[in-house]
Amino acid sequence: MPGSSDPGFDTLALHAGATPDPATGARAVPIHLTTSFVFENSEHAASLFNMERSGHVYSRISNPTNAVLEERVAALEGGSGAIATASGQAALFLAIATLAGAGSHVVASTALYGGSHNLLHYTLRRFGIETRFVKPGDIDGWRAAIRPNTKLLFGETLGNPGLDVLDIPSVSAIAHEAGLPLLVDSTFTTPWLMKPFEHGADLVFHSATKFLSGHGTVIGGVLVDSGLFDWESSGRFPELTEPYAGFHGMVFSEESTVGAFLLRARREGLRDFGACMSPHTAWLILQGIETLPLRMARHVESTRKVVAFLAGHAMVARVGYPELEGHPSHALAQRLLPRGCGSVFSFDLKGSRKQGQAFIEALKIFSHLANVGDCRSLVIHPASTTHFRMDDAALAAAGITPGTIRLSIGLEDADDLIEDLKRALRVAQRTDA
Amino acid sequence: MKLTVQDRAVHVYTGGKPFDPALPCVVFVHGALHDHSCWTLLARWCAHHGFGVLAVDLPAHGGSEGPPQPDVEALANWLLKLLDAAGVSQAALVGHSMGSLIALEATARAPQRVSRLVLMGTAYPMQVSEALLATAQADPWRAIDMVTAWSYATIAGKPSFPGPGMWLHGSNRALMRRMQAGCHDLNLFHHEFSICDRYRGGEAAMDKVACPVSCILGRADQMTPPERASDLAAALEATVHAVPAGHNMMSEAPDATLAALRAALT
Repeated sequence: MPGSSDPGFDTLALHAGATPDPATGARAVPIHLTTSFVFENSEHAASLFNMERSGHVYSRISNPTNAVLEERVAALEGGSGAIATASGQAALFLAIATLAGAGSHVVASTALYGGSHNLLHYTLRRFGIETRFVKPGDIDGWRAAIRPNTKLLFGETLGNPGLDVLDIPSVSAIAHEAGLPLLVDSTFTTPWLMKPFEHGADLVFHSATKFLSGHGTVIGGVLVDSGLFDWESSGRFPELTEPYAGFHGMVFSEESTVGAFLLRARREGLRDFGACMSPHTAWLILQGIETLPLRMARHVESTRKVVAFLAGHAMVARVGYPELEGHPSHALAQRLLPRGCGSVFSFDLKGSRKQGQAFIEALKIFSHLANVGDCRSLVIHPASTTHFRMDDAALAAAGITPGTIRLSIGLEDADDLIEDLKRALRVAQRTDA
Repeated sequence: MKLTVQDRAVHVYTGGKPFDPALPCVVFVHGALHDHSCWTLLARWCAHHGFGVLAVDLPAHGGSEGPPQPDVEALANWLLKLLDAAGVSQAALVGHSMGSLIALEATARAPQRVSRLVLMGTAYPMQVSEALLATAQADPWRAIDMVTAWSYATIAGKPSFPGPGMWLHGSNRALMRRMQAGCHDLNLFHHEFSICDRYRGGEAAMDKVACPVSCILGRADQMTPPERASDLAAALEATVHAVPAGHNMMSEAPDATLAALRAALT
């Protein structure tokens, strides 16, 4: 597919990393459901193990179907390569564990998915990795939090729960001044809305469970490297720049100037932690990615209609969407997210927990569950579910009110979604507080 | 491995094994805005199959100090001095693209020191379009995108390089950007494509080559189309190996390129 530049986003979403199967002519990507791959002979086997040749050995380490997904997401992000993992959580852990060990330190945004916060605040601490949390908009705070043992900075493109837009250009500049990479969770935005590498991020991961898959069918993650971070010059990453006894004394930065991180992550992290993706899952995510541009455009279009409806409704106290002028990240969103701010957002009902529950239970199209990024519209009431143990004061500290509702706008007719919300708001209004 | 050449530090990748000058030596010379890592698989195979490997970072590339050398002739002299620094009396020279011109010129300057010459992704003359040179001057980042797109025949090179999951276009773009950004002396992209374009010593060099020569050419190479190597191959009485790839055949078709290199070295 030669040209004077790479193909466009929509073409890459359909073709990057895949050609018709040379063995069968199959046009769609085959699902290689096999644990392992036959060696041509002993010399071939030895050369694969010793990285004298490229190829597949065992599906925990690599698999042809997964490789298509990895190349495709890397192409869409503008990265050098990627690794598919069992979940988004596995991708985050793989990124951190490749760079950090006991005695290391991470600087992370306070505006994180709860699962990411749990990993950093509780679990990694048990393994000797400390995290300092910084409000995403506190640029000086990011700089001040860096220590000599810091290994990376981490935030979300659209932070949870308030959709704070991460100032990637500023935070990455601070990271690079200190010789550190910036890792970004880009799940809510996907590369269709923003390519973090273009703004200075060095590593990106996705919960592919969400918009990349898009159909609520599988759990998966993808970790992508820009290939641009200079691990040698940084001097902070002996894991990549000094011999690794666990793989023939390999110095990963010597073997690949732009792929050192991914080599270590695959040859240590996937090998030893084992959180690999099933090829069947990779195939389903590939199916989703084929229509990612179409779906994201529709997600954003419908979300704007729903946001406009809610913002004008008497029962709604606040809508937290960065395209609205009152949102704290409005200016940043205009600069970094010109195509839109995704389809997950929260709004506050003027009402009690009981009214919030009544609203949820009155919805007919929105599904009440703990997920986002599905083609079906989703809803959750944090005060009665994910945060039900908290009293109102604790909820307030977390930026949540008793009436806070989180929506994930799907691909149904926007008018139907608005009708559903209108009906449920009426029910909430008639419910005793 | 670190060497000192012309009082400057040079980084040389030895294929994952310590360099042994007593073994038959293979020297790999990369092309414009690349570094030693474009050779990883081939270099590792050679190092683990009885060769001493020197995959160099040319001056102002990767781990080697600048400044860049002014032309192909100076780079050829530099390469011969590198052999001296490594204690190598004779070696097979393997060059890719700009590196193929350097290897050809070095062979001509010291024919007795070169046992075999392998020219990959080569052409002579290696003319560069005025449009690309102008873009390289005005907007090297755009020029990198253009050259990356032209350097691959597909957007699905398998089994990828140096291992599965790497996006070849993105890897090449990142490598070229890093080389460009790492050179503070001049616009490295424009300089290197210019010295390829300006090199006119090819005919004289071909007359002096005494060793067996092989050309490994990508059938779908848009940067140096195979037909532009035909006069060169004929003059050198080279064995021609065509591989199913574009210009960057080492990453796009690593197995076919290895098979061709094995044939060229034996």
